Formats: sequence, structure tokens, C-alpha cells
Amino acid sequence: MMRHAVTAAQAGLVSCESCHLVSRPAHAGEPGFCRRCGEKLESRRHASIETTWAFTCAAAICYVPANLLPVLNTTTPAGSEGDTILGGVAFLYTSGSWPLALVVLIASVMIPLGKLVSLAYLLITVQRGSIKSSRERTRLYRMVVFIGRWSMLDVFVDTFTVALVQLQPLMSVAPGPGVLFFAAVVVLTMLAAESFDPRLIWDSSDPREPAHGQ
Amino acid sequence: MFAREGRGLPWDRAHQKGKALDARQSPESVACPDCDLLQLIPPLAPGTRAACARCRRVLANRPTGPRDAALALTVAAAIALIVANALPLMELHVVGRFASTTIAGGAYEMWMQGQRLTSVLVAFCAVIAPAGYILFMLTLLLAARRSPIPHWTGEMLRWVGHLQVWSMLEVVMLGILVALIKIAELATVEPGIGMYAFGATILLIPAIMTNFDRHELWRRVEWADGEIPRPLSIEATLAGAPG
Repeated sequence: MMRHAVTAAQAGLVSCESCHLVSRPAHAGEPGFCRRCGEKLESRRHASIETTWAFTCAAAICYVPANLLPVLNTTTPAGSEGDTILGGVAFLYTSGSWPLALVVLIASVMIPLGKLVSLAYLLITVQRGSIKSSRERTRLYRMVVFIGRWSMLDVFVDTFTVALVQLQPLMSVAPGPGVLFFAAVVVLTMLAAESFDPRLIWDSSDPREPAHGQ
Repeated sequence: MFAREGRGLPWDRAHQKGKALDARQSPESVACPDCDLLQLIPPLAPGTRAACARCRRVLANRPTGPRDAALALTVAAAIALIVANALPLMELHVVGRFASTTIAGGAYEMWMQGQRLTSVLVAFCAVIAPAGYILFMLTLLLAARRSPIPHWTGEMLRWVGHLQVWSMLEVVMLGILVALIKIAELATVEPGIGMYAFGATILLIPAIMTNFDRHELWRRVEWADGEIPRPLSIEATLAGAPG
């Protein structure tokens, strides 16, 4: 049933990343530009694996100071005190709103870590030419793209806490250096997900043997 | 008739049936953006969508609503977004002191406190990207009512996709709620009018997306090299296929 199944690359065609128009480039090595929208054509994203590794490693490095350095500095007449991300989760938990503590814990600690592990797993399996569970890996990739934005949560929490609590000399809150590293983790993992090409997952498998066995 | 199950079709089945179809609504060949499998998207009935036969990525969807539903929703979202940005999101009362903030005010305070890079990022994700997205959508949907559509439509469609990735209103909303609950321990905090408008914007944006037929608009875009828009024929697509 799937005997004609081919990928665009196997058929010598290139699909535009922007408008999805399938066209036949004059030279396979130099596809040129999309005839409809003018976007640069690429059969696979340029240097996808290298770029994704670079962003993932940079994000992993930033993940350490993001969790160790304080994200908020609270100043009261009694003194000044720094709060890390986990400290903020602990504060929410002890102040009685454990569902919220769970939301922040998932969004700020588990999602970034999960993204780093998922990206590394996708990259390693692609580099090893794995043909197993391609559909599950594609689904994992889509989840990484979809869920990535939610780790910006803590940056916004800190922003609005700082914006509101400016009651000198009673109490004031200032952002700590951790915020910048944390924001960097989110942006770098989002860029890593954008530069990863999910089509590489399928390139090792033969489309004539469909994964779902129809 | 093909997409009743909400699924796409294996390449050859669509190909065989495709020949029998009226030439004007001939299925368009696409390569799945996630797995690169070549397949044909059959003409879709309203409310159905076509998914990749191999990896199940949604390739096209056809909205059910009337043609101008997306435009109406975008106008509503634009009004709600203006209100959400102009009026205070929350107010804080503590021992006779009063403070309030807007979305832009949050980014401004971050800048004043020395976290300039973070401030720019917050301003981009919470204000500039959502405003740009809604503005571009409004322009696109107005442009789509004209025939032929303006030449810059394709360029703008490309930008909308990029802005959508960085527009994080729903995350900002949750961030504000968490901040509110954190501060509620120390002072009396009340949500402002801006907050309700903000909530409305967040509900309207996914509604716009489900009512917007990106595929259909791309098909009408004038080609960059000045040729008459036509889908790549089945034969031309097949010509390079091995076997």
C-alpha cells in the first residue's frame, strides 16, 4: 500500500520551511530560494545537529547558576535576604498554596531539565542513526517545542513581584543575578528546539516501511 | 471525503483518488514538516483536518466558522489587548501605601533595577510580540478580503509565525497570578480591570488560530518570481520518485 511512499528529499524535492510549497530545485546542492515566498530553501536545516548541541550545552551551563544564584533580593528594615528559585517554591509550599508550589516547581525546575535531557536524547539517537520509535521521538520533539515557553513563568513572577513590591523603606524587592541566567536557559532551549530538524529522526528509516504498519 | 477520520492519507491512495478529482480542487502535494514524507492533502470538508500518514503531524485544517470569524475575533483581541496594557493589572494596598502596575510597568521596573537584558526579554515576550502578532493578523485578514491579495501578504505570513512563538501572554498571566498569591501574604492585593481584559485576550488568541486558514491564504499568495500560482502537479512530483 505504501510502495510509492517517498520523502521529499528522496524525490529530489525541497519543501519550503515557511510556506510549505514543494518545489524541485535546479541544483540539489544549492536549492536557492522558494519561488512563492522567497525564503531560502534547505532540504534539512543547515548544521542542525551542531547548532542544537551548541544551544543545549550553553543552556545546560546556564542552568547551574540559574538555580544557585538568588532570583529575588528582599530588603526590609530587618535586613536583606536572597531567594533562589527553589527557595521560592519552598516559600509557596510553606505558605499553604502547595498546588501553586507544584506549578512553579514543574515550570521552573522540571521543564527546563526535561527539555535538556530530551534534546540530548534526540540528538544522540539521530547521530547514532536509530530507527526505533521514530514517531514517539517526533512526539517528544513536538512536546519540547510546545512546553518550552512555560518555563518563562518564573521570570514573569519575578518581574511582577519586583514591579509591585517597591514600598521603601518598609519593604522592597530587587531582581537577583539568577533571573538573567534563568531567562538565558529558557531562550537557549527554545532556540535549540527551533534549530533541531525533526526530519533527521526519520532520515535513517525507510518510508516504504511505515512505522504504524498499515 | 478523505479526511473524515481526521487523518491524512498514505501517498499512493491519495494519488489514485486524486486523479478522479476536479482539476480546480486538485489535492496539493506537501512534504510533512516533521518527517518529510510526500503526500497529498485532499480537499477538506469544513471542520476536518489532514494529518501526516507517518508521524501524525497536522498538515492542514479547515475552519468551520464563517469566513470573517477570524477577523472579528482579531478585532476583539486587539481591543482587549489595548485595555490590558493601558489599565493596571493589579493594585497593592499596605498600611496606607498604594502601588499598581501594568505589563509594561513590570518590564520598566526590571530595567530600572539593573536587569536590562531580562527587561528587554520580558517586554518582547509580554508586550511587543503579542501586539505585533495581533496587528499582523489584523492586517493579514483585511488583506485576505481583497482580490488579488497584496504582494506583501507572504512576507507578513512568515513574520506572524515567528512572532507567535515568542508571544507568551498565557505564561505572563500565570506569572502574574503566582506573583499575586506570593504578595498576598504581605499585603492586600486586588486584580485590576486590566487583568480581566488580559484574560479575555488569552482566550481570544487560540480562537483566532483555529479560525484562521493559513494554508488557504498561502495558496493565494502571489509567487515571488511572478508566476501564476498553481500547485505542483502530481506527475511533476512523482517524476523524481524512485521505483
